[in-house]
Amino acid sequence: MRYAFYPGCTLHGTSKEYYESTRQVFRALGVELEEIRDWNCCGATALAAASDLGSLVVPLRNLAIAEETKLELAVACNCCFMTLRRSLEAFRGDPARRAQMESALAAVGRHFAGKVEVRHILDILVNDVGLPEVERLAGDALKNYKSVPYYGCQISRPKNPYFGTELPDQLDDLLRAVGLDVPQFDRKTKCCGAALMTSHEGAALDLVAEILDEAHRRGADFITVTCPMCQLNVEAYQGKVNARHGTRHRIPVLYFTQVLGLAFDIAPLRLGLGRHMVSPKGLLVRRQKEAVQ
Amino acid sequence: MSAPDARIGVYVCHCGTNIAGTVDVPAVRDFAAGLPGVVVARDYKYMCADPGQDLIKKDIKELGVNRVIVASCSPRMHEPTFRRCLQLAGLNAYYFEMANIREQVAWCTADKAAATKKAQALVRGAVARVPYHEPLEERTSPVCPVTLIVGGGVAGIEAALKIASSGNKVWLVEREPSIGGNMARFDKTFPTLDCAACILTPKMADVGRHPNITLLTYSEVLEVSGFIGNFEVTIKKRARSVRHGVCTGCGVCYSKCPTKVPSEFDVGLGERTAIYVPFPQAVPNVPVIDREVCRQFTKGKCGICQKVCPAGAVDYEQQDEIIKEKFGVIIIATGFEVFDPSLAPQYGYGRYPDVYTALQFERMTNASGPTTGRVVCRNGQEPKAVAILHCIGSRDKNYYPYCSRVCCMASVKAAHLAKEKSGGAEIYEFYIDMRTFGKQYEEFYNRVQEEGVHFIRGKGAEVIEKDGRLVVHAEDTLLGLYREVPVDMVVLNTALIPHADAGRVAQIFNIQRSQDGFYLEAHIKLDPMKTATEGVYLAGACQSPKDIPDSVAQGAGAAAEALQRIVAGEVVISPVTCAIDADRCAGCRMCIPLCPYTAITFNAEKGVSECNEALCKGCGTCVASCASGAARLKHFDQRQLLAQIEGVAAS
Repeated sequence: MRYAFYPGCTLHGTSKEYYESTRQVFRALGVELEEIRDWNCCGATALAAASDLGSLVVPLRNLAIAEETKLELAVACNCCFMTLRRSLEAFRGDPARRAQMESALAAVGRHFAGKVEVRHILDILVNDVGLPEVERLAGDALKNYKSVPYYGCQISRPKNPYFGTELPDQLDDLLRAVGLDVPQFDRKTKCCGAALMTSHEGAALDLVAEILDEAHRRGADFITVTCPMCQLNVEAYQGKVNARHGTRHRIPVLYFTQVLGLAFDIAPLRLGLGRHMVSPKGLLVRRQKEAVQ
Repeated sequence: MSAPDARIGVYVCHCGTNIAGTVDVPAVRDFAAGLPGVVVARDYKYMCADPGQDLIKKDIKELGVNRVIVASCSPRMHEPTFRRCLQLAGLNAYYFEMANIREQVAWCTADKAAATKKAQALVRGAVARVPYHEPLEERTSPVCPVTLIVGGGVAGIEAALKIASSGNKVWLVEREPSIGGNMARFDKTFPTLDCAACILTPKMADVGRHPNITLLTYSEVLEVSGFIGNFEVTIKKRARSVRHGVCTGCGVCYSKCPTKVPSEFDVGLGERTAIYVPFPQAVPNVPVIDREVCRQFTKGKCGICQKVCPAGAVDYEQQDEIIKEKFGVIIIATGFEVFDPSLAPQYGYGRYPDVYTALQFERMTNASGPTTGRVVCRNGQEPKAVAILHCIGSRDKNYYPYCSRVCCMASVKAAHLAKEKSGGAEIYEFYIDMRTFGKQYEEFYNRVQEEGVHFIRGKGAEVIEKDGRLVVHAEDTLLGLYREVPVDMVVLNTALIPHADAGRVAQIFNIQRSQDGFYLEAHIKLDPMKTATEGVYLAGACQSPKDIPDSVAQGAGAAAEALQRIVAGEVVISPVTCAIDADRCAGCRMCIPLCPYTAITFNAEKGVSECNEALCKGCGTCVASCASGAARLKHFDQRQLLAQIEGVAAS
C-alpha cells in the first residue's frame, strides 16, 4: 500500500508529534507515505475571507503535484483535508470556477486534471488497512484505559462520504480495536473554537470547557484527537479554562496515531509524546507499572 | 368507410391561457383548415365546456362531419368527454382522436414558435390517422359486488362501515392483530380534545360485528389479478395460534405468559407478552402468539397458555391459510409509518433516554398506556420543562422535503397534554412555521398559547446533554438570537412517511407512487381517491400525510367511489382489443404463451389461434409477436399508426 502524503505546515511545525507518530505507525503497518515535493500551505480557513478564488487555487497547486504521483493523497490535518477537498469539489463541480482555477494554476506552470483522491489518514487506517490488521498489531497495553474520541468539526466538511457530520464513528471503532474503553461522547464533532482563541478568547474557552467537562464526566484518561487545531486548543488552554470556570482539568490530549503507536509498543519518544503541554507522563508511568505487574 | 369519404372537423382548444399562452392557436386552426379531408377547423376557449361540445355536435349535424379531432389536453383528461359528445350526436365514439397540445406541448416549453410548430405536427398526425378509424362498440362486464379494503385504520374502518351499511359486502384485511391503526394509540385528538378511544372503539366494534363485513386481521394480500369488477385476490391469513370463535377473550393466557418483549403498540415504551392482544379494546379481541419470541415455538417447551386457557382455544398447530376470493373493487388504506429519528443523530434519540418520538409521547399520555397517562421521565420524576420539536425529518432536504401536515397540530395538542399531565411543566415548542389550517385549529392554537406554552420560532438544531439536563439549541428567528433551552424531556415530532414496503404493495395492486413515495392519485385535486388503475381507490395517509378528519373524509369518499361501481353493476370494457385474422393465422401458437391475460386459445378444428375479447386487455403483445401479421390491435392497427407517424413527420 502506497500513498502520496501531504503533511501541511502544522505537521512540520506545531504538531510535529502528529507527524512523527503518523510516520511510525504507518511504517509499522507497512504502508508507504511518499511526501509530495515542493508543497505549499493549504491556505487554511483564513484565506477564503481575503480571496475566494485564492483559497481554492492555493490548495489546488498541491493537488496538481499529488496528481503527478498517480497515487491517492493522504492527509493528516483536518484543516488541510477540508481545504483540499473544498478546492477539489469546486474544480469538479463548477465549470466556470474550474476555468478560473485552471488559468490561475497555468500562471505557475502547472496543470490539474481533477483525478486525485484526497483521503484522511483515519479513513485509510479504518477502510484500507482495516481494523483486523490494526488489532493484530496491537498489544493489550491500553486495555485498562478509557478515552473519548474527539473528531472536531472539519473532518466531515465539506460533506463527504467518509465521515458523517453529526456523529461519525470511525475513530470510536479504531480506538476500540486497540483495546480502549470508548464511552459515548456527545461533543465529538463540536467546534473547539479554532482561531477564535486569538480574537474572542472567552468564547473559545467556553467551547473548550464543554469538551473538557464531558470528557471528565465520561471518566476519560485522555482525549484522542485527529486535528492539530483541536489538539492545540483543547490541550494548551486547560489552565485558562480552569481559571475561567473554576474547574481542575488536566487531561492529556493525544493524536490517534500516538495512541496506535502506544498500542503497537513503539517507544513513546518516537511518537513525540515528550512534546505535550499537558504531559502524558502519568499515563505512561501507569502503563509501565501495569506492564511490570 | 374509407379514407376519401372522411369529413374531418378539427377543434383547437385554448384551455384558457394554458395552451393559448404558449401556442398560437389561430395559426394551428388555420393550418388544420388547409389539411386534406378537413371540412371545418375551429378554435374555442374551452372545448370541454358545453358550448365547445355544442360546436362539434352542430358541425356533425349541419356539415356532415364524420371524424372529429380535438387538439387540447391529455386524452387521460377529456377523451371520455369528447367520445360521449360524438355519441350524443349519433357518431361512433371511436371516430374521435385527440391531439395533446397541452401536456406534451404548451406545458413543456416556453418557445412559442417551436410550440406552435409541434402543435401543428400533432394535428397533422391526427388528421392523417383519423380516416382509418373504425367504428367500435364498447362492451360491459358485470361487477362483483364485494369490496376489498386493505388496512384497518380509521380511513379503512370508515370506508368499510359506509359500504357495509349500504347493504353491500366488504372484506377488511389488516396486517396487525387488531384494527384501529395509529388512531388507536392516541389519547386525545385535536382540536376538540375528545378521547380517541371513545370515538374510535365504537366504530371498531361495529366493524367487528357487522354482518356485511368479513374481517381478516393478522393477514396480508399476496397477489391481485384481474381487472375492475373482477379482481381475483390471494390473501394470506397468518396463523394466530388461537382459535377464533372458541376464544372468549378472557385474557388469562396473556396474564400468565412468562415471555416479555417491547410492545410495538406502545412504540417500545411498554412491554407485551408473547401471546397478546395489542391493546385492551382490540378488535377482534382474540390474542395472537408471536411465534418468533414464544418459548413453545423457540425452545419447544412452555405450553402455559394452552394449559390455562379455559376454552381450549390455544392451538400451536395452526397453519397459515391461503384464501382466494373475488372482488369488484379495492380500497387501499394502508396508512403511514413515522420517520426514525435516530437517522438524525443530532437530536439524541436512542442516546438520551428522555428523548421521545411524538408517537411514544402519545402512548405516554394515554390512560391505558405504559405510564397510565402520566408524563414522567425515565427516572420516574415529572419533568419541569419539556421541549417539543417540529419538523424532524419533514421539510428537510436531507430526509423528506414535504410538510407532514399533522405535526403542528399534534405538537400543540402535545403541549397542552404535557402541561396538564406533568403537573404544570414549562413547555417550549420549536417550530419553523405554525400550520394550523383546519376547522377550529387556529382557535385551538390560540387557546394553548394562552395556557402559557412558549412558542419559539426556530427549528431545533440539536439536543445535547449538559449538567444532567437536555439542552435544545435553536436560532430564535423572531428574536434574532441563538438560544439554548435546558429541559428534562424532548418530544420529536417526526415526519409521516410511506411504509417501507410501499413499493412492493404498489406492485401488487398495480398502482403508482408519487415522488414522495406515497401512492399516486389520479388527480391531486379532483380525483384524490382514484388511482390510474380502474377499480383501485385510495383512502387516508397512504396517499399523503393526513389527520383524522381528512382520513375519515377520504375513507367515506373512497366508499362512494366503490359504491358507484357496485351500484352500476357493470363496467364498460374498452373495445380496444386484439383480433386475429383467421385467414392469415398460420397456427404457429407463438402468441398463446405470451398473452399475459390467457385470452388466446387454439382452435384445433380450424387450425388457428383465437382471441377471447372478454379477457383481452389490448396490450398488443401478441401483435408484436405475430410473424404472419394476423394479430391486429383494434384502434391501434398498423395503417392507423403509420398514417399518424407519417403525418407528424411530414414537413
